[in-house]
Amino acid sequence: MTEAVPLYAGRRRRNQIAVGLSLAATLFGLGWLVLILGVLLWEGFSGLSLAVFTEMTPPPGADGGLLNPIVGSLIMTVLAVLFGTPIGILAGTYMAEYGRHDGLTSVVRFINDILLSAPSIVVGLFIYEVMVAPMGHFSGLAGAVALAVIVIPVVVRTTEDMLLLVPNTLREAASALGMPRSVVVMKVAYRAAKAGIVTGILLAVARISGETAPLLFTALNNQFFSVNLNAPMPSLPVVIFQFALSPYKDWQKLAWTGALIITVTVLALSIIARILAAQRKTS
Amino acid sequence: MNVAPSVPTVTVTHAPADTDNLTEKVSIKNLEFFYGESKALKSVSLPLYRNKVTAFIGPSGCGKSTLLRVLNRMYDLYPNQRAEGQVLFDGENILAPKQDVNLLRARIGMVFQKPTPFPMTIYENIAFGIRLYERLSRAALDERVEQALTRSALWSEVKDKLNANGMSLSGGQQQRLCIARTVAVSPEVILFDEPCSALDPISTAKIEELIDELKSLYTIVIVTHNMQQAARVSDFTAFMYLGEVVEFDTTTKMFTTPRDRRTQDYITGRFG
Repeated sequence: MTEAVPLYAGRRRRNQIAVGLSLAATLFGLGWLVLILGVLLWEGFSGLSLAVFTEMTPPPGADGGLLNPIVGSLIMTVLAVLFGTPIGILAGTYMAEYGRHDGLTSVVRFINDILLSAPSIVVGLFIYEVMVAPMGHFSGLAGAVALAVIVIPVVVRTTEDMLLLVPNTLREAASALGMPRSVVVMKVAYRAAKAGIVTGILLAVARISGETAPLLFTALNNQFFSVNLNAPMPSLPVVIFQFALSPYKDWQKLAWTGALIITVTVLALSIIARILAAQRKTS
Repeated sequence: MNVAPSVPTVTVTHAPADTDNLTEKVSIKNLEFFYGESKALKSVSLPLYRNKVTAFIGPSGCGKSTLLRVLNRMYDLYPNQRAEGQVLFDGENILAPKQDVNLLRARIGMVFQKPTPFPMTIYENIAFGIRLYERLSRAALDERVEQALTRSALWSEVKDKLNANGMSLSGGQQQRLCIARTVAVSPEVILFDEPCSALDPISTAKIEELIDELKSLYTIVIVTHNMQQAARVSDFTAFMYLGEVVEFDTTTKMFTTPRDRRTQDYITGRFG
């Protein structure tokens, strides 16, 4: 026992050091996050007014808002989700339900993982090459397609993961009643994985709503209000990029406000996604 | 497809003494089963009698669950699993490639080890299967749901909360819900794969009682680890060991005067 005491004391000291280091690392990381959010809230809120949501982006020195980029971002995000989600869900369904043991599935999963971590600027360049260059001009449609390319791998991954979490016993039970495979997938597996799949879509929306690089090469920007998909379309990230780099104080202020709007939106989506995920666990 | 030629002669060792007044609902003939290269069932021949309960007993890995999963072609869901030989269901070979597995499974239902209610309401859990093969009016459907729940001794417990989620029931109730779901599609044979192994003794007693009632309407097969359970619920028992049926007879004979030494050793608890 007398020998055990110093041994134990040493172990406890090492434990305290490890806990201390972990705590310090956490505080260091959180500190920066708080600083970023603090500056963003400070700068963004001071510029927030009704005009931000009702007026167009102004020329330097004039008053204005962010209506056109907000609408542009909304249009392109919604379109990207409409294009990307069905493809993503269908591909994920194939991988988890039909081709689970196929070689093709591992190939698709590997490529999808690469796409998932591909730099978004590469996606922008790709769409520039296949859509913008042949069409001869930038367009909102090209922007939406570029964002859809980012949506697809996220949705594929979450759909596959969530369907793989559905226990096989449930599929067997459904099959044992004489259900064809398609009914098992649509009525039982999807239902069991619904919250998870929706969470994946929300996370994809959160991911694309802050993307700048793919839009720079595709939708470009537009100083005016435009819902024409065949013409350049403004978006919040690109406007933030342009305004924040400008020498004009009022443009910089609007950029902060735009950044605040995006951050709050993404935060809200993440919270909804978390709530849904929690519901999945309890149900 | 490599189908072994059928053998006309009945293998005497597996035939129980009193088979008068019994009709073979299912006849398993020279069945072999493979997981990839490894053989899990070796030349299994066995009759399953109409309106009787047949129990498969044997130590873990002896192939009793595998045999059960051949009877509704459950193994079809997985690659690299195949069966050879014949399983005659009302005289028709269900292992034939032309057999539609979904129609087969609607006629041969299955209840699993773990309760597996679908993520939907109690009512929907049962109505779902019925709607697959029948187009009924709302009233007729309500009646069928009630009938299924009554037959599975669950109606009185859930009749006031048919719209509650099936997952909200207790384990034993969930298992009876699964039985109700199986009964609802009017199968002819019901396969039970260790239906009580996840349940407490009271729920187990209820399920066993239920199986006894259900046999007047269906042909029942039950896989069980629990020899007392086999003795309690079954009319016939097959003892399986290392992928073979060692002995098949009436449950009374199997548990009193087994012919094979291995059966005796297993039943008396000398191994297993």
